[in-house]
Amino acid sequence: MSDTHAQSVAFVRDTEIPASPPPVAQTGAVRWMRENLFSTWVNALLTVAALYAIYLIGVAILPWLINGVWTTPSLTACREVLQGKVGGCFSVLTERWNQLLFGFTYPSDQYWRPGIAFLLLFAAAAPVMFFKLPRKLLIITALYPFVAYYLIWGGTILTPVFALLGFVAGYAAYARLVKGSFALGIFAAVAVAALTWWIGGMITDAVAPAQPWLEEVPSRDMGGFMLNMILGVTCLSLSIPLGILLALGRQSNLPLIKAVCVVFIEFIRGVPLITLLFVANVVLAYFLPPGTSFDLILRVIIMITLFASAYIAEVIRGGLAALPKGQYEAGDSLGLDYPQAMRLIILPQALKISIPGIVNIAVGLFKDTTLVSVISMFDLVGMIRGPILASAEWNGVYWELFGFAALLFFVVCYGISKYSQWLERQLSTGHR
Amino acid sequence: MTTYTDPEKGGFHVSQLLSDTRYRAITFQVIVFILLSLVLWRLGSNLVTNLRTAGLTFSFGFLADTAGYDVGQTLIPYSSQSSNWQAAKVGILNTLLVAVLGCITATIFGVTAGVLRLSKNWIVSRLMAAYVEAFRNVPVLIWILIIYAIMTVSLPAPSAFRGETPDSTMLAGLFAFTNRGIYIPAPIWNAGSGIVAGVFVLSIAAVFAYRAYAKKQLFDSGRLLPMGWPSLLILFVPTIAAFFLLGRPVGLDIPALRGFNFAGGIKIGAPLIALWFALSIYTGAFIAENVRAGIQAVSQGQTEAAAALGLRPGRIMSLVILPQAMRVIIPPLISQYLNLTKNSSLAIAVGYADITATLGGITLNQTGRAIECVLLLMLFYLAISLTISGLMNIYNNSVRLKER
Amino acid sequence: MAEAHMKVSDEVAISIRKMNKWYGAFHVLRDIDLTVNRGERIVICGPSGSGKSTLIRCINALEEHQKGTIEVDGITLSSDIKNIDKIRREVGMCFQHFNLFPHLTILENCTLAPIWVRKEPKREAEKTAMHFLEKVRIPDQANKYPGQLSGGQQQRVAIARSLCMKPRIMLFDEPTSALDPEMIKEVLDTMIELAEEGMTMLCVTHEMGFARQVANRVIFMDQGQIVEQNEPEEFFSNPKSDRTKLFLSQILGH
Repeated sequence: MSDTHAQSVAFVRDTEIPASPPPVAQTGAVRWMRENLFSTWVNALLTVAALYAIYLIGVAILPWLINGVWTTPSLTACREVLQGKVGGCFSVLTERWNQLLFGFTYPSDQYWRPGIAFLLLFAAAAPVMFFKLPRKLLIITALYPFVAYYLIWGGTILTPVFALLGFVAGYAAYARLVKGSFALGIFAAVAVAALTWWIGGMITDAVAPAQPWLEEVPSRDMGGFMLNMILGVTCLSLSIPLGILLALGRQSNLPLIKAVCVVFIEFIRGVPLITLLFVANVVLAYFLPPGTSFDLILRVIIMITLFASAYIAEVIRGGLAALPKGQYEAGDSLGLDYPQAMRLIILPQALKISIPGIVNIAVGLFKDTTLVSVISMFDLVGMIRGPILASAEWNGVYWELFGFAALLFFVVCYGISKYSQWLERQLSTGHR
Repeated sequence: MTTYTDPEKGGFHVSQLLSDTRYRAITFQVIVFILLSLVLWRLGSNLVTNLRTAGLTFSFGFLADTAGYDVGQTLIPYSSQSSNWQAAKVGILNTLLVAVLGCITATIFGVTAGVLRLSKNWIVSRLMAAYVEAFRNVPVLIWILIIYAIMTVSLPAPSAFRGETPDSTMLAGLFAFTNRGIYIPAPIWNAGSGIVAGVFVLSIAAVFAYRAYAKKQLFDSGRLLPMGWPSLLILFVPTIAAFFLLGRPVGLDIPALRGFNFAGGIKIGAPLIALWFALSIYTGAFIAENVRAGIQAVSQGQTEAAAALGLRPGRIMSLVILPQAMRVIIPPLISQYLNLTKNSSLAIAVGYADITATLGGITLNQTGRAIECVLLLMLFYLAISLTISGLMNIYNNSVRLKER
Repeated sequence: MAEAHMKVSDEVAISIRKMNKWYGAFHVLRDIDLTVNRGERIVICGPSGSGKSTLIRCINALEEHQKGTIEVDGITLSSDIKNIDKIRREVGMCFQHFNLFPHLTILENCTLAPIWVRKEPKREAEKTAMHFLEKVRIPDQANKYPGQLSGGQQQRVAIARSLCMKPRIMLFDEPTSALDPEMIKEVLDTMIELAEEGMTMLCVTHEMGFARQVANRVIFMDQGQIVEQNEPEEFFSNPKSDRTKLFLSQILGH
């Protein structure tokens, strides 16, 4: 020590020490394995157990996949081909492909319509999902509901056209009047839109052709994975505006409005979705005006939307609470009124913070659409449990069918949750 | 809302209803109240009209009527001659049973997977990530159906256990896995077994007493007593000693094949097992994520600060990291318990007789009392949810960090 | 400093009479009496929790007072929304944490209120905004977002944003407390320029150099009361109250 001490009093480095590679035992695959897999004996045990688990899963699944049969008309035929070997009868998927996707009553010569609607969904979702895309593309998103409705349900084109016209007229009225007063703008918009729809309804009834360009498909014919998609997309997009209103209501300092929102949100969050589906199935009809009949799919959409909106409201409330109080005060001190402050300052920021949470709700909602099979609607799971497993040809093909359903949902939900994680990173690194 | 008392002069103008902050809030609420009442009144009058046209009344009298259907798994006496109310009670207990069992196993799965996912072992952490992603991204209904199919399709029928050279044998001679469910031994409580149980309860109390004593020793005299093995000793030795001293008063009723089915022991039906296992492994995946996030939320700085104070790794975990991580983990954990309880309503898909299947399913269909049944069903779940979230609020308030 | 042209007129800009405020049972402001003439520049100082921020936040109704009157430009502050709106248009405010809107560009921050509150056409509002951004010397940042600017720049944008509403009175709530030391000067310089143009200013700050240079009155508050007010020269060299002396010795002592 004493000799270094003499140096350390006053020292100037005159030679650079070059960087050198670490000792040999510290590099390479051996080091990686020693550090990551066998650092302690507990760790080594875990590694062995994990490898064994992977081996078991592989032994169970691989022969089943590799020996799979894809081209037989029934389970018995498939078993004959297999001759006692382990293997999956995936032919049920190829043979019932259309039923799995579209249900069993959608006219088979019209499958291209939901197909196109599905492809267009990507174009409509892209501008919402990726902020970097030009904002003008949002027009596609705005038009999509009307196009998709027309494609899937068909019937006279006047229905979606007048629905769209009502929104456009309402928006025009709103845009003209909102600078004066927000309340006035909203009332005018609602009035103008309602008027347009009323007139449109009369015109449609009067001039609708007996033979529309696209054959009309009634709601009860929707089924299969298409039904899951319809329910998921519709209910999510309807529940976001409702969720925003509920969140604002819950943050309000007007006791009555706050109480109504709290009771609604807590009630919905306190009961399982199934009970709400029971309501849609057997109870809702009692509360509708006598003589009206909503079809089941519409009643289910109403209930799932209410369900999702309560959860979305809670996510958005979190976003609102995360904003610093200074943002509200700055709005106040500039003289903005409540609707202006909310619309221009608070909500754009709160919604952006809430997007990852909303995406998580969306994944949950999409998974929950399978519950409609419990009230005997034929979505993907309903198709499998009902018509397909009950058929003489495919009675007993559980793994292939449920595996396919699980895979389909996994692909969609995993994709969405990866997107959510990507978005979260974008939001946390980028300036807000 | 505060008021400006002094500056107000002159009387009240109607325009103040909209322009004055004191009245405006009231005006809005009155408008909302009127609109809300109108909507509710409309719904109510629709209901009355529709019930009258259908020739129905609103009453809960059907609960006293004979149910007339059988239930596979019951915790309380029940037969098809029992009332609908008794069937509902069976359903409630079955819901609570699967919820409690599910919460326990889901916690075990979740905590294990969450901790292992943070392991430095690459294969193990990947495997756990695969588990979490696979189960979080597939509807729980599909998992319930898959596991139910495994139970009913892949397991042997009771008849397979018959004969000189049976196709299947019981595990350790105690457990029988059949496609009707799993049969496990039931304890038989003979005379004197109460004493054994009493000794065991006392032992548990003694463990806590010993731990409190050891802590007091540490604080008073700085002497650190061993914790682990004395606790185990206190817990088991007296009970085992009492068991043998009293001449083995607790026996086992082992299930055995009688005719076409097993008798004796406890039968856990296939629907219950499918539901229980599917719910716990599904919820476990979510809990794993919460646990992982909770542990990661405690900053590295905390570990370093504790290490710099000279604490050993075990004590860093138990004194510094865990108490902080628990604050983060417990609230989402409890909401996962709530989700599990609500998801248990999917029992109806596999025919497990929970409250949704009895009251909301068969009773509803047989009596046609849709409104009453669904209302009761919702109130039951609501009561559970509100109780649990009430408890959670109490917990949250008690652990909130004291901050300015 | 050219004191000569920083004129104070006799016209009353703000007049506060016997104003009281409570937070629950806590009496934050007690019998505040204060008259501010047009063109006056007032610095309010005092220990933390003395109610100085609350006082100026009452002036534009960010906080409500419970007793007494506040009159701004002849308008009495009441619970009438129209009065509150009128006063907020007359009065600009800058906050300790700037409170810029992070999702809008600098230019949009400045034009938002003129467009939506004063109903100015967008083009005109942008012209005004650029004028004031030039004045605070950051016109080249107009299309950036607040998060891309330094603290000092953000506070100057916040000043410009208030000025775009053409206020006759400016309130500053500790505008430099959240800034790094090297950025304080640029904000103070902007405020000094504003003072030289004759803006009526009420400023809560601990920058005693600023107080000496531009204030024509310094107010010392403690425990919700105005303890002492005087011209800066007299206030600093010859404080009357013991509490003022103690406070000054604490903040000037190091």
